[in-house]
Amino acid sequence: MSTTAPDEIAPDEAALLAQFEQVLARHDRIEPRDWMPEKYRATLVRQIAQHAHSEIIGMQPEGNWITRAPSLRRKAILLAKVQDEAGHGLYLYSACETLGVSRQELTEKLISGRQKYSSIFNYPTLSYADVGTIGWLVDGAAIANQVPLCRTSYGPYGRSMIRICKEESFHQRQGYELLMTMMRGTDAQRAMVQESVDRFWWPALMMFGPPDDDSPNTAQSMAWGIKRDTNDELRQKFVDMSVPQAERLGVTLPDPDLVWNAERGHHDFGQPDWEEFHAVVKGSGPCNAQRVAHRRRAHEDGAWVRDAATAFAARSSVESVETQEARA
Amino acid sequence: MSDDHESVYDGLLGGDDTQWAFGTSFEDPLAGVDTTVPEGVDAGALAAYCLMLGDDALVHSHRLSQWASNAPDLEEDIALANVALDLLGQARLLLARAAAADPGLVPALPEGSPVPSEDALAFFRDEAAFRNVRLAEQENGDFAATVVRLLLLSTHRLALLQRLAASTDQVLAAIAAKGVKELTYHRDHAARWFLTLAQGTEESRRRLLAGLALVWPLRAELARTHPVERLVAEQGVGVDPATVTDEVDVLLEQVFSVSGVERPGLPATGTVAGGAGREGRHSEAMGRLLAEMQVVARAHPTGLW
Repeated sequence: MSTTAPDEIAPDEAALLAQFEQVLARHDRIEPRDWMPEKYRATLVRQIAQHAHSEIIGMQPEGNWITRAPSLRRKAILLAKVQDEAGHGLYLYSACETLGVSRQELTEKLISGRQKYSSIFNYPTLSYADVGTIGWLVDGAAIANQVPLCRTSYGPYGRSMIRICKEESFHQRQGYELLMTMMRGTDAQRAMVQESVDRFWWPALMMFGPPDDDSPNTAQSMAWGIKRDTNDELRQKFVDMSVPQAERLGVTLPDPDLVWNAERGHHDFGQPDWEEFHAVVKGSGPCNAQRVAHRRRAHEDGAWVRDAATAFAARSSVESVETQEARA
Repeated sequence: MSDDHESVYDGLLGGDDTQWAFGTSFEDPLAGVDTTVPEGVDAGALAAYCLMLGDDALVHSHRLSQWASNAPDLEEDIALANVALDLLGQARLLLARAAAADPGLVPALPEGSPVPSEDALAFFRDEAAFRNVRLAEQENGDFAATVVRLLLLSTHRLALLQRLAASTDQVLAAIAAKGVKELTYHRDHAARWFLTLAQGTEESRRRLLAGLALVWPLRAELARTHPVERLVAEQGVGVDPATVTDEVDVLLEQVFSVSGVERPGLPATGTVAGGAGREGRHSEAMGRLLAEMQVVARAHPTGLW
């Protein structure tokens, strides 16, 4: 990638922009030290931060069931999954740091409600089947959104996404496998799975964002190679993928308009309740306040520990300098 | 760029079990292992002993897992989940070992229930049948109390497992050998935090000392030898916990001394009608812990998970 030597006269912004656009046109990556338009940087920070926050907030609805997991094997799977989410949050906050924004700043924005996270986590987990449904549908929708991001134009983000997608696909399989197992269990378990799918289907479809004609940021993000498919394209792909999986599982998807359209080669399907979507995004979902309050409490409760670690590290480095000087 | 990560959906409907992280069906964690009880060893005592070790791990793991999404930072969220996962893995093996040595310990479930024995032991035993020490079951308190407990439990458990690796029971020896590697990390992690909190800020030192005062009196129970422990030690399969006390004291003294912390002079927490955790006489926290842990499993005694 191009860099400007300090003693050269910086080319004007038009030339830099032209160079930037050439990189995009070649489908190459933009790297942290490359010049980039401010709006590109801001859009990336917004998108990556939102993704990082989603991982961290997403630990709550699933973490809700760790202590009640009904088998030790399921407990291990769930605990490992929630741990992976913390790891994904770490990679993504690190990717943001390459754009000049610290984890601390982003956390402050999250807990003060100035940055968003995926609205799906503003729905509660009400039964153990939700652990499976979140894996199958929510992680499935997340993967459909995220796989194209492995080819996104910003290098650190794309590379994080490759690793994250591999782990997410594992989570999706594990979720689906839990539901499959429960469907082979008792009638009560089968009913639990169906009830959970009924609750999560529409919110999962909302995860792709508003319809294309109501998505103000899509065009610019696609031009910049930050986004690779439109919301509606991804939603269609997800529905087409989920229908045979639901059949195999033995559950019905709660959409009377869902039907195969041979002409289009795709399923037709109903629209989620977009009013509910906008209401949840604006903060009045069933768990918005709870999720943010939980994160704020954990962050504030941990402040004295982080302060102690910082103070200890500062003292240790002073002491090690003093020791070196004493030896010299 | 290769698009092979785009094939993530392909395997979803397939039957390739090797793709799944934890297997696709319950597998006996001791599958393929010779679980014959060595000659001259009391199978009932061996099983009861495995429950003690397994319940310590299970219950402590439960408490640590409650930190998920609550830790002071993401790195610590990951670290505490790691420790909890290690202990959970040890618990599964030890409960399975207990059930194999003495099937009579496993609670009866309705005819045809697919619940495996490790889960029957974890989710269908009543409080009085749990054999963990009371230290493991206490509510977490703040991060300092959690760190002190982790230091005390992991230092003691590591000393036990190092000796148990030479157990005449091959199964227990193998479980212990695996656990030694894990516990070495747990103890190191706890000791680092103990030092950091002791030497960090005034507030962290105050909290560390408060956590130590809270947790320390329950430590005595770890060194109290139960008749089962004495018997398995005599038979060469177990370790009498009283025999590791000196070593544990020396190790703790090192951590205290480098941290500038005095060893507490507090008296031990009393017993209940002469018994404590190893006799199934727990603290009030235990009932609530089990109510939460067991609620879903007990609602579905013939459930398949």
